[in-house]
Amino acid sequence: MYAYDEIDRTLVNERVSEFRDQVKRRLSGELTEDEFKILRLQNGVYLQLHAYMFRVAIPYGTLASNQLRALAHVARKYDRGYGHFTTRQNIQFNWIKLAELPDALADLAEVGIHAMQTSGNNMRNVTSDQWTGVAPGEIEDPRIWSELIRQHTTLHPEFSFLPRKFKIAITASDHDRAAIKIHDIGLKLIKNEKGETGFEVLVGGGLGRTPFIGKTIKHFVHGRDILSYIEAILRVYNQYGRRDNIYKARIKILVHELGIEKFSREVEDEWQHIRNSSLQIDDEVIEDIRSRFTYPAYEKLPHMPDELRQAAADPGFEAWRKNSVAPHKVQGYSIVTVSLKPIGAPPGDATAEQMDALADLADKYSFGEIRVGHEQNLALPHVAKRDLPALWKALNRLGLATPNVNLITDIIACPGLDYCSLANARSIPIAQELTRRFSNHELANLIGRLHINISGCINACGHHHVGHIGILGVEKNGEEVYQITIGGRADESAALGNLIGPGVKFDEVADVIEDVVEAYLALRERPEELFIDTVKRLGVEPFKERVYATR
Amino acid sequence: MTSPLEQKKIKIAGPSVVTANRTWDGIVVYRTAANGWSAELSEAAIVRNSDEAKALLAESVADDVGAIGPYIAPVRIGEDGKVQPGNLREQIRRTGVTIGSPVQV
Repeated sequence: MYAYDEIDRTLVNERVSEFRDQVKRRLSGELTEDEFKILRLQNGVYLQLHAYMFRVAIPYGTLASNQLRALAHVARKYDRGYGHFTTRQNIQFNWIKLAELPDALADLAEVGIHAMQTSGNNMRNVTSDQWTGVAPGEIEDPRIWSELIRQHTTLHPEFSFLPRKFKIAITASDHDRAAIKIHDIGLKLIKNEKGETGFEVLVGGGLGRTPFIGKTIKHFVHGRDILSYIEAILRVYNQYGRRDNIYKARIKILVHELGIEKFSREVEDEWQHIRNSSLQIDDEVIEDIRSRFTYPAYEKLPHMPDELRQAAADPGFEAWRKNSVAPHKVQGYSIVTVSLKPIGAPPGDATAEQMDALADLADKYSFGEIRVGHEQNLALPHVAKRDLPALWKALNRLGLATPNVNLITDIIACPGLDYCSLANARSIPIAQELTRRFSNHELANLIGRLHINISGCINACGHHHVGHIGILGVEKNGEEVYQITIGGRADESAALGNLIGPGVKFDEVADVIEDVVEAYLALRERPEELFIDTVKRLGVEPFKERVYATR
Repeated sequence: MTSPLEQKKIKIAGPSVVTANRTWDGIVVYRTAANGWSAELSEAAIVRNSDEAKALLAESVADDVGAIGPYIAPVRIGEDGKVQPGNLREQIRRTGVTIGSPVQV
């Protein structure tokens, strides 16, 4: 975990005081809504269908147990007892009162949490692989770099009024769990032939109305130059990005319209002006950030402890272990994904009681640390294998051990029309019905890895374009209609899905998905061929035929 | 279910109300005939043509401290005179999410 220094604490506390004053002036009428809107957005406060929505940043998806308890406290005291973890590793509270927001922010500030830049046309929360620092095979712990970028971009005046929002994601593993190819900037930490740390830099990825997979702009940028290179990209974007049309304002449009070669030349020119400036990072700066991270005091533990061997006889435990427990870089430890996708429940929601209890479990079993993944699940990153059976029992009691991680019921869904003022159609009820249809664990296992992503509008917060099966809700003649795509993926082989045919009505969506899955089971060459590979091999046609032949 | 953000021209096809969110707590409110706001749709002022709608919206926008984001929303009036939301979006705003809340309130 990273420990904030005095500068960070002062900044966060001053921000709370500033916002308290702004809210006071708004409620008294001294500030109009037009004047106040940009200020509230810069503090993560949206207006949604039913109330204000408050989005809190969880930088690179890392939480300490006391921070999770503070989120539980906000859910309980200021909201309706639950929060929603998002695809940007943030948490949202749906029912917050503007008049109470400064108090909620002050309570969060006590544990170093804030909501700065979780909204507005600025640099958003830097996201990362939720397994950073613990995943086997990781080139280097990228949290140091995530933290460096967080510090540099927080309240940076040059990045505070961009043409549109801007998102950076970082990974240091070959297998991309951070979806870096669908971000404005994607960073993959690599080493050059001299063994020096640097990044492959991708730019121009994004979903929404006009989806693009990010393109590599530079194959290697030395770590010491990463801030200047990012700044060069942002300067080009700031200069040429469109401000006249919100739908064309993201950097992906600029990259697409200029072409990656011309865009990269512009960046290169800008970079030459600034790379040898104060933006060049000394090793001391990196070491200073590294020194503010605390690392667990791992014990020397056996690879296969007796507790694990004995628990293997329990089919319930084994079902959970097989899809929720992943290898750790340290022998005797595991990474545990905590499913926030119980059958029939809204994806990504956690109650205050669950958050409090999970914080206790993190203290007991995971060195007090919790991670948030973009798939809307949580993770305990340092669990001793001997503790897995006890942890499973505890998670089970809390409703947090659904054995469905990476299976068909591990659905990513945006809040949709139930909460969101931009949505055209509901997402959550579709997800709920699908989890009921595929609730049989044997069936879900037989199907294997399959990601369903649902968005309630073209803004694509549910990342439907990159779901193995993507579901997009639209409105047609006053009715909710859903377009189905297949073949998308968000990993290192990121791709956009293809439409299988005309949209279907709300009540038909689950039937259609069942048909798609049945087609896959019939078409796959062998049980190990994943849905996404069958689609790649055969294309959309056989699925389309199956779905629409009788409709 | 057109988002209010896209509501550029005021053209109504039937009975409508002005709805917004109350400034201090964000709850859904409706403009009343008495120049105020109410959480009850039944107390909303009903407008039936574009001129009426325009006037009610202008008055609502002017009350920036009371409520934010006002826009015109369609309603249905039953034979019994009861006012109902005119589309799914407004139905959800009035009666809440269509899903079970993780926590009973």
